[in-house]
Amino acid sequence: MYKSQLVSILSKPSFQNCFKRGLATSHPVPTQPKLKTFKIYRWNPDTPDVKPKMQEYQIDLNKCGPMVLDAILKIKNEQDATLTFRRSCREGICGSCAMNIGGRNTLACLCKIDQDTTKETKLYPLPHMFVVRDLVPDLTHFYQQYKSIQPYLQRDSVPEDGKENLQSIEDRKKLDGLYECILCACCSTSCPSYWWNQQQYLGPAVLMQAYRWLIDSRDQASAVRKEMLQNSMSLYRCHTIMNCSRTCPKGLNPGRAIAEIKKQLAFE
Amino acid sequence: MARLSGLQKEVIALYRECIRSAYKKPKENRNHWVNYVHSEFAKYRKLPKKEFATVEHLLRVGHRRFEMYSSDTIRDVH
Repeated sequence: MYKSQLVSILSKPSFQNCFKRGLATSHPVPTQPKLKTFKIYRWNPDTPDVKPKMQEYQIDLNKCGPMVLDAILKIKNEQDATLTFRRSCREGICGSCAMNIGGRNTLACLCKIDQDTTKETKLYPLPHMFVVRDLVPDLTHFYQQYKSIQPYLQRDSVPEDGKENLQSIEDRKKLDGLYECILCACCSTSCPSYWWNQQQYLGPAVLMQAYRWLIDSRDQASAVRKEMLQNSMSLYRCHTIMNCSRTCPKGLNPGRAIAEIKKQLAFE
Repeated sequence: MARLSGLQKEVIALYRECIRSAYKKPKENRNHWVNYVHSEFAKYRKLPKKEFATVEHLLRVGHRRFEMYSSDTIRDVH
């Protein structure tokens, strides 16, 4: 390559911009550490006679990702490896990291850290659930309830072409806002009715799925499904408190779904 | 003997259930099972009876383990 060509490339504005950008990132401005306190619920099943306690951790927010999940992962990596919690997808699609953050049930991966360092953030497991350890609740009963509504397609007849159960666009639209539920149990555990009647009342998350299968145009078992809900406990313990819709980290509306079931049952 | 509280009765009921189910296991392993139940309950014998939350938790764990161990496919315990 000729020297003149090289000079012309180097003098091009695009190349100079590259060079400048490289320089700009090479000298980070030293900043004051932003120490934020997290208070986290700790309880160890190996020593059941030791009472649960709140443990404090300090995190420099400048060296931490924006979400609460980033903070607790940082704590687990750097400060206390015994801290236990569930997490998986870190983008709000698996529902594993549901917990009570600052008094609100939400997903740790979708909840931004409050940048106000004068206040501490408190982390608890989902309320009114048995605790397995630290921030891990026992969701066995919740999943059993979900199983009890038979969340799968039930049909007596085979589709005409022998391949697919077809659905019109309008019918498919009815499922929007219902099928997105990831069963994180945030709504159910925020519902006072569910707190007091966990054994009988199904709870908003499960009822919303019950509704999702009720209005599915391909499903042919709606009579049986309605029959299952037709008692004083399973459905009618909902007193439209609406904590469920307020807390849902996915922005869904279980309260409306329950109201729709009630309407369907009333007009039978 | 002092009257037992409801929680204490529940613990005793669980204990009796465990011992009884030990007799449903093969004869040669029966001793293992009884010893095992004894040792598991002895672990928290010193627990004060007013520690309700702890006792309730241990009861829950106990019931869960009882259900698991009472399956026919589990024959022996060490």
